[in-house]
Amino acid sequence: MRAPSSELPVVLDRVSFKTGETTIIDRLSLTMAPGAPTVIVGPNGSGKTTLLRICMGLIAPTDGGISWGGRQHAAMAHRAIVFQRPVMLRRSVAANVAYALARAGVARRARVAHVDELLARVGLLDLAPRAARRLSGGELQRLALARALARDPELLLLDEPTASLDPASTRRVEEIILMAAKSGIKIVMASHDLGQVRRIAGDVVFLARGALCEQRSADDFLNHPTTSEAAAFLRGDLVI
Amino acid sequence: MVSSNPTLVAIVRLSLAVSLTASLIAAVVGMPLGALLALTRFPGRAMLVVLFNAMMGLPPVVVGLAVYLLLSRTGPLGTMGILFTPAAMIMAQTILIVPIIAALTRQTVEDLWFDYRDELNAMEVGPARRIATLLWDARYSLVTTLLAGFGRAIAEVGAVMIVGGNIDGFTRTMTTAIALETSKGDLPLAMGLGLVLVGIVLAINAMAWAARLWSERQAG
Repeated sequence: MRAPSSELPVVLDRVSFKTGETTIIDRLSLTMAPGAPTVIVGPNGSGKTTLLRICMGLIAPTDGGISWGGRQHAAMAHRAIVFQRPVMLRRSVAANVAYALARAGVARRARVAHVDELLARVGLLDLAPRAARRLSGGELQRLALARALARDPELLLLDEPTASLDPASTRRVEEIILMAAKSGIKIVMASHDLGQVRRIAGDVVFLARGALCEQRSADDFLNHPTTSEAAAFLRGDLVI
Repeated sequence: MVSSNPTLVAIVRLSLAVSLTASLIAAVVGMPLGALLALTRFPGRAMLVVLFNAMMGLPPVVVGLAVYLLLSRTGPLGTMGILFTPAAMIMAQTILIVPIIAALTRQTVEDLWFDYRDELNAMEVGPARRIATLLWDARYSLVTTLLAGFGRAIAEVGAVMIVGGNIDGFTRTMTTAIALETSKGDLPLAMGLGLVLVGIVLAINAMAWAARLWSERQAG
């Protein structure tokens, strides 16, 4: 287990994000504390990706405030994000991880061992010399996870990391996520997949049209939704 | 034919030396400049982009004239004493191709930045490292950019004629020799020189293409 986090809790206080006339996140207040993975659920366009980007610090809210461990302008040093469609550098698998390690400040001499360790952790050690862009979808996501873990994050944000993966690849990615969570990394993940929510989530944040509808434990959310939007989403109705 | 004629060998060697050196210098200057232009936002940037694009069509004689004025005895750089030397020819060709390399690099890097922006921002990659990363990852496309610059340099005649003076055995290049032989009416020799020039350009492009394919296969 790692030392107490300096990134947590992540507190969003009446956060809004607008582009032009469109409101993507609407006065959202939320606290994400250390512990089991938080899964952000909601229909397309509900603001999940934007919320993750705000939590990463990649974009600033147009209104309201966010703090990480009580600090409002914290560097991203102990945060990492895996995008839904990760982009790999035009280098080998190992070189992609080495690049992330270098940017995270790991000394050149220590990098080789770190690269091997991270690739072993995500099951890609055999593919170390292969061109990263030639990996399959599942392998690519695992490499993206290795690259994110290279930052030694306290907060790991994942944007639908298993979207469009087959069950076997999904399982391998989920195993890595759960392993990271067990090691003390706070996982905040967007997902459409209710089965995945059951398998991974400690608590659930449900968004609809950019607003927070529910934040509850996964069991409560799945069995006793309190909002009509969440109930409709769980029934499989089309929530727009 | 080429190897049996020492004069021709010297002309070919000088042409290659001048144009390859100019391409190398232009790459060192133009690629970071193009990348910087791709990644930075400032007032007047759009105008600068248009200017660089327009300068890709700089007339060689105008560049030759400008460099001539700079390097002539009364010019600001006259004390260097390099007018009518290969150094002046390199300078003129460099000025001619820097805009080509910068403009094409800007477009390539801008396209790549669109893909990489989120990942590099998430890794907190600083501005200088961004430029280095994007230039490295765009290296295969930039080979084509470099070849475009080299092609322009080796094929131009106006600038090197003005600042080099077409001095036999000293500043005579393939193109200035072709121009001279044509004006003297020795069309077969001019045509022969032209074919040699085209052959050299083809060979260099083929080698660069093969190297690009090979390294692309290695790194994906």
